[in-house]
Amino acid sequence: MTVYDVLVIGGGPGGLAAAISAKKNGADVLLLEREARLGGILKQCIHDGFGLLRFGEKLSGPEYAGRFEDEFHSRSIAYEVQTFVTAILKKKDGFLVRAVNRQGVQEYRTKTLILATGCRERTAKQVAIHGTRPAGIFTAGCAQHFVNLMGQMPAKRCVILGSGDIGLIMARRLTLEGAKVLGVYEVKPEPSGLTRNLIQCLEDYDIPLYLSRTVTRVFGTERLTGVETMRVDEEMRPIPGTKERISCDTLILSVGLIPENEIAEELGVPLDPKTKGPVCDNRFMTMTEGVFSCGNAMHVNDLVDYVSESGEIAGAAAAAYTRADRRLISLKTDDSMLYLVPQRLDLSGGCGGLTLYFRSRESLTEGTLLISVDGREVFRKNYRNLKPPEMERLTLDTSGFGLTEQSGVRLSIVKGGDRV
Amino acid sequence: MRKLTCITCPNGCALMAEQTDGEIRVSGNRCSRGVDFAVSELTHPMRTISGTMRTVFPELPVAPVRVSAEIPKERIFDVMHEISRMEIKTRMRRGDVVIANVLGLGADVIVTGDMMSSKKP
Repeated sequence: MTVYDVLVIGGGPGGLAAAISAKKNGADVLLLEREARLGGILKQCIHDGFGLLRFGEKLSGPEYAGRFEDEFHSRSIAYEVQTFVTAILKKKDGFLVRAVNRQGVQEYRTKTLILATGCRERTAKQVAIHGTRPAGIFTAGCAQHFVNLMGQMPAKRCVILGSGDIGLIMARRLTLEGAKVLGVYEVKPEPSGLTRNLIQCLEDYDIPLYLSRTVTRVFGTERLTGVETMRVDEEMRPIPGTKERISCDTLILSVGLIPENEIAEELGVPLDPKTKGPVCDNRFMTMTEGVFSCGNAMHVNDLVDYVSESGEIAGAAAAAYTRADRRLISLKTDDSMLYLVPQRLDLSGGCGGLTLYFRSRESLTEGTLLISVDGREVFRKNYRNLKPPEMERLTLDTSGFGLTEQSGVRLSIVKGGDRV
Repeated sequence: MRKLTCITCPNGCALMAEQTDGEIRVSGNRCSRGVDFAVSELTHPMRTISGTMRTVFPELPVAPVRVSAEIPKERIFDVMHEISRMEIKTRMRRGDVVIANVLGLGADVIVTGDMMSSKKP
């Protein structure tokens, strides 16, 4: 049986970039994808705006994926589609991956694994809305699948709950296809999507955005007939006397994404409660030897360009992987950050280039990122317009930080700019 | 004085645009594209638009399309109407033009996904 150097699970932007990068670095690579076509969620993201950082162009999702697929095929990387991984067993010298496809049950052996399994949408059951269970309640991604891949319209009059980017994109998409979008309701006092999407998806089409207001009940037996909305207080509790009933046939939920890590959990890979993805080192290897993570499985990104970048880092690292003791130190944060990736830094084998991804907990017009080692400041950077929905990325040369295994590294964001 | 959010890139700069005697002064931009955006927004707002076009292929009932260049914002629904009237009858590659110079606006409607069959090449 062939023993691959790197087996990538997932053929979306993270997995494609990881496989290409691993192959470029001399590895024997196999990629498994459960759907019939490569490209992952990008297949249904027909709007433009992808690849501005990487290609300097506003591509649609399928175009962005297509460029990676072309390179993937030109490098003759082995892959299987419609192949679903059912179990992974740890072996002495790697992993045994069991999968099922139309040819039956398959087994593959590999030295390393890259989990590029993406993320899943939170569903109606996870946001606890009262009422009946009629047809007409969709997650935004599900509605997007109907419209953009199947060519079916799921809505005529619709309400959107949650101001995540997919919800905003779908507000515009459904409007363009002739539906009436009555409003986007956001329980938080601030929108959770990118600012540019608030402008080009809502403002451009006069779709109202209601902040600190949520859907509390749905009505209808066969099909949704309406929803009830209420204002909420600072603790997101509904305020009595603010009920409003809206008649509509569709409720679309854009209430958050969660990294998909079922396989990781079965392997015993520790997850970070903040990102809900695996705890990783600077090469995006998880705390389980030989298991790497990238893209939205590691943390939910807002730009695909970063998904590809993390795939490339993980792919190159998996190709170069040799079982050696890591010398890990923690990168600690405080409440000023929603999360920080990676969570660990491996001091073995040099740690010159470090790519960090983080989100500020608060919206700050001016903020400063401070990095300290044992209480001594080693790095600072000023930021304008830090916002929780907009992830920041930074590459750092840590070689001058004087790091040892005993070092306490701390990252935090403080309000204000130069004079902090 | 008009407050604008630049939609050119994900930075989403908060712009202030002031129009005095036909001259437009812009602040808050982090690059020159912000000035272009603000001037365009105050004179003739332009947008890009994406959609899907019906096909004759059962396993691929619609194909993703977009305009190849910006079109006037007020013509978005006209372009959407043109896209909805057409049907794709041959398998196309991404970048192929399905409507050249749509409504004379100087932009083509192009297919953005490869319409190959789902079988492995």
